[in-house]
Amino acid sequence: MILLETKGLTRVYGGLTAVDGVDFALPKGEVHALIGPNGAGKSTFVGMISGRIPASSGEVWFDGQNVTALPAHARIRRGMAYTFQITAVYARLSLADNLALALRSRDRGAALAALDRVGLADRADQMTGDLAYGHQRLLEIVMGVAQKPRLLILDEPTQGLAESEIEGFNALIRELAGETTILLIEHNMNVVMALADRITVLDMGSILASGTPAEIHANRAVQDAYLGTG
Amino acid sequence: MSIGTRSTILHLGLIALLFVLAFVLPSYHQGNLARIMVLATYAIGYNVLFGYTGLLSLGHAMFFGAGMYGLGLAMQYGGLGVIPAFAVALICAAVLSAVVALLALRTIGVAFMIVTLMFAQAGYLTVLYFGAWTRGDEGFVIAQSARQIAGLDLTAPTTRYLAALLLFSAALLITARMMQVSFGSVLIGVRENEERTRMLGYDVFRHKLAAVIISGTISGAAGAGYAVLFGYVGATFTSVQYSIFPLLWVLLGGAGTTIGPLVGTLFMFYLIDYSSGLTNAYMLIAGVVLVLLTLFARAGLVGEIRKRWVA
Repeated sequence: MILLETKGLTRVYGGLTAVDGVDFALPKGEVHALIGPNGAGKSTFVGMISGRIPASSGEVWFDGQNVTALPAHARIRRGMAYTFQITAVYARLSLADNLALALRSRDRGAALAALDRVGLADRADQMTGDLAYGHQRLLEIVMGVAQKPRLLILDEPTQGLAESEIEGFNALIRELAGETTILLIEHNMNVVMALADRITVLDMGSILASGTPAEIHANRAVQDAYLGTG
Repeated sequence: MSIGTRSTILHLGLIALLFVLAFVLPSYHQGNLARIMVLATYAIGYNVLFGYTGLLSLGHAMFFGAGMYGLGLAMQYGGLGVIPAFAVALICAAVLSAVVALLALRTIGVAFMIVTLMFAQAGYLTVLYFGAWTRGDEGFVIAQSARQIAGLDLTAPTTRYLAALLLFSAALLITARMMQVSFGSVLIGVRENEERTRMLGYDVFRHKLAAVIISGTISGAAGAGYAVLFGYVGATFTSVQYSIFPLLWVLLGGAGTTIGPLVGTLFMFYLIDYSSGLTNAYMLIAGVVLVLLTLFARAGLVGEIRKRWVA
């Protein structure tokens, strides 16, 4: 069963085609990693899926429906969640208030339970801006997770996380695997290899290769474009 | 005790205090405080948009004016009583704010400030243009005999004070309630991080639109209240000065606090009142105090208190 599908999805900035006619399908329950060199069009691609960035042409289908014309907030309401490449939390609100907005509820118990998944429950009443960067990052991820989305889009979630925090992140994603479909942009190949069921490699706005981690690792074209031969 | 209960007690206590003051204040201060409460209602309306939603409007005088002229003209030429005229005023302010919002919310930041300023200027010029009815800058007086509700004489000092308190209390309790439900949290979300709020699935535009309409309608209610309680309708109240005042009151009292608007209005009213007793250059004294406050109490009077002693 396909949860998300794009058909000929294209984004043109001025004369530059950032994403070029991408056909992509994501089955329900899969953890799918999107990798590729800087400027490959990964963030633009997930931006068009979530509705943050309007598509120049092509279609996005979510759960059997064409959502191309829907604004971002309406797509989120249908069961997507999105975490930004550059951490976007409410710095001047407490962690509990951040969670309340993500959960659409003032149920403090639910907020604490969500924070507890990343070990931040004891900081619920602190001002978010006072947290270390890694903790803010985890907060944003848990805000996405707490929405119980059907599709969770993570744009470079482990950027800026320490090794120990990355382990916590991996554990969190493994807990979700199976129930939540996850589309993840990631540069850290250890994380990708540890989590992804399948990998898609984007290069110059097009899909270079798609397959299991083992297939991608062995793929000659991918090695040349991105992974290197080391 | 939860924060919600504590703030409810604070608001009810404040209203009770203002009620008691009606019977103990000397008449000069009673008159002042009636005026302050009406103007503070205007500041409360302004605070909904500026303090909670983070949108800085420089044109709120048009909403104050819509209420003032909506009521004034309905009474003067439509022969309506106070209550139906007040309803007309609310409708005028709500419709105007909806129309202005639909156009002005296409812009953000400085452009939003300029667009609202221009709309308000157009409103001011409209009042002058229809001088045959509005009497322009000179304005017109609403006859004392018309300013009655079911035999209650709104021109009698204590009745007028209590009517002003009723208006103020309604605005205070409505906005306080609004900030306790999820709608208010989303407004704060929009203020703090619009893109994040959108990407949590909230329709940011609709929330901003609702905030402008609520803000404009409360401001209009204040304008109508001012006209009926003080009996005068004039173009000055739609000038740019009256768009700046609520911004100053809210900044002084504390943006994004429920009682800040009253504190700011009260403070500035008496600051000007006392300094004008000392010198003709009273705006100089007021100006220096304002500069000092913005330097050393950047969160406003109530905001600083909350920051230092309550939180």
